[in-house]
Amino acid sequence: MAEVADTMLKTSDGRPLKEALATAQARAKRRAFLLVMPLLAFVLLTFLIPIGYMLKRSFEHDGFSGSAPALVAWFEANDDFDPADPPEAAYAALVDDLARMQAERTTGLAGARINYSVPGTISMFKAGARAAKNLQPPFKEALVALDENWSRPALWRAMESASNIYTTEFYLVAADRKLTDDGWARGGDKERIYLYLFVKTFVISGVITVLCLLLAFPIAHLLATLPMAKSSLLMILVLLPFWTSLLVRTTSWMVLLQEQGVVNNLLVAMGLVSDDGRLTMMYNLTGTIVAMTHVLLPFMILPLYSVMRVIPPSYARAARSLGATSWTTFRRVYLPQTMPGIAAGSLLVFILAVGYYITPALVGGADGQLISNLIAFHMSKSNWSLAAAIAAMLLLSILLLYWLYDRLVGIDRLKLG
Amino acid sequence: MALPTYASPLERIWYYTYIVICCLVFLFLIAPILIVIPLSFNAEPYFTFTEKMVTFDPEGYSLRWYDTLLTLGHPDPDAVRDGAWWSAVWERSTWVQAAKNSFWVGLWATILATVLGTIAALGLSRPEMPYRRLIMALLISPMIVPIIIIAVGMSFFYAKACVPPDGVLGATVGYFLSEKGCLANSHLGVIVAHAVLGIPFVIITVTATLAGFDQSLIRAAQSMGANPRTVFFKVIMPLILPGVISGALFAFVTSFDEVVAVLFIAGPEQQTIPRQMFNGIREAISPAILAVATILVVISVLLLASVELLRRRSDRLRGVTGR
Repeated sequence: MAEVADTMLKTSDGRPLKEALATAQARAKRRAFLLVMPLLAFVLLTFLIPIGYMLKRSFEHDGFSGSAPALVAWFEANDDFDPADPPEAAYAALVDDLARMQAERTTGLAGARINYSVPGTISMFKAGARAAKNLQPPFKEALVALDENWSRPALWRAMESASNIYTTEFYLVAADRKLTDDGWARGGDKERIYLYLFVKTFVISGVITVLCLLLAFPIAHLLATLPMAKSSLLMILVLLPFWTSLLVRTTSWMVLLQEQGVVNNLLVAMGLVSDDGRLTMMYNLTGTIVAMTHVLLPFMILPLYSVMRVIPPSYARAARSLGATSWTTFRRVYLPQTMPGIAAGSLLVFILAVGYYITPALVGGADGQLISNLIAFHMSKSNWSLAAAIAAMLLLSILLLYWLYDRLVGIDRLKLG
Repeated sequence: MALPTYASPLERIWYYTYIVICCLVFLFLIAPILIVIPLSFNAEPYFTFTEKMVTFDPEGYSLRWYDTLLTLGHPDPDAVRDGAWWSAVWERSTWVQAAKNSFWVGLWATILATVLGTIAALGLSRPEMPYRRLIMALLISPMIVPIIIIAVGMSFFYAKACVPPDGVLGATVGYFLSEKGCLANSHLGVIVAHAVLGIPFVIITVTATLAGFDQSLIRAAQSMGANPRTVFFKVIMPLILPGVISGALFAFVTSFDEVVAVLFIAGPEQQTIPRQMFNGIREAISPAILAVATILVVISVLLLASVELLRRRSDRLRGVTGR
């Protein structure tokens, strides 16, 4: 072994080459990382932490636990109480807390927290808090006389759960569970709005992806096979929508699709549609699908084009000369070679469609709303925790798709124009 | 692509059908953008072609909606249009204010995204870069994560990201924050939000330019005694500049077009063009929106033209022939 060590390569200053190389590589790594550091720090501060903060908000809420100390203490001491029939001590603690809420003006906060799991409780809390100072024992009877819902087991379950600052309740609500007198249960058919909207969003995104693929395929093929000078010119027609403001494109579709709009006028003028039989193409699902297909189409054309451009035409010619019909040539030779482009474009369009907000908000009406619009709705109603929980669920599905995209396509192959 | 001489009649028919289909798709792509241009000159408050417009009667056309852009929010719109009137337009008009806000926010967001993004792209393009894939995925994610999620997260966090206005920090950076010293409702908040959204575009275009970059040029410069600064400004920068500029243009357009983050984190002081348009479309849609849309279409044509020219120049510099 000693002989081996002697013959080991060394640098001019006598260090083993392997060691010197490792040091140099570590230094190069550090340097490369230092270049990325400022941006990473910026993205961490302004993007990752806000999203992390949102995720935190979807798990915690101190609206009730912070303003009802007596009940929190009572629940902690009696964690095996029967929600169907809480003892007088619990009601006494509740009245005590209601009086405190009235004095500290925290009724709204506490009521809003309980309202997530038992809808309609904010007004109950407000009335209870106003009356609390003058209530006489026995408190149970006094409160029930005020509002019989005060003895509802579901309410007591909700309050027990809300006495803990951390909770998964917002996710249960977002998954269409409902707090009943016997605990959390599946909501009725009419109450399954959130999961239904999730499914609907995915289905619509799928439809839009297929439409984009059908429209983009011939275009991309034409661009890829035309001589360079002509295809460059036509490419501008693809890139112009890409560069045009999203709001402009959405406005254009509103102009085109509305009842007195250009498309309907054309159809009436051509006699295809009668004047009072004008089509309703906007403020419904049709509007959302048409406008979103238009907006997302370039994202399908560009990856398809970049794959089709490098497919050698000689393969198709070889297939034809071996006796394949043009359909067989397309199906067995050309189509399989375009698969990477189809996968890249479809995944990108699907991912972007699932999280779309502006277009459905403006042209979707009541029927064409997607999950993003629901998040915005709950934000505007100050149901922040529920909005955060739905957003977290959407984020999870997007990240799964993103991971799939990276696996199948590779994010470094993402190109713009 | 032409039809081969051995094509059967059926194939000929299919070929022409295919050409027609392609034309229709191009029409679908481009017509909605072009349709707003003639309609913005409508003399009537309608969103469709009037009879006078179809017959090219000059009376059917007017510039009244462009005029509205100047007079909306003007304290005295009907006064004589002298210097004072125009300076009131510059200072008070709603759309002009929105345009100014959009421009400044876009400019600063672009500078922030381009400088940080270019430096990071240089690091990411080095073969030694550790965790390259993961970091790339992270830096591209603002483009993938739905804007509504980003906006919700930012609206929660930026409302809490405050400095006490009377402290040392408040005295130094407080100017850029809102009155309460928070990122929410401040210009800085909108700028950093838009910078984050622009970063993926800068990273993508600059790393794409760097992919064709011959690393031995750096070594050649170094071996001739250039220090890192000279190498960067004299060798790397001129070669990647087209990529940097088109990344910057993408970042600017992203900011200039962004409305959701503005809706969630900005205050009334940060009225931008997209926000004004969004509210206009939602509440009372007036053809003035079409006038704005036409101006925006013209701007995007100009931007697209500059990016195309840049790309061709970059390809030529790098010795890439064709596209």
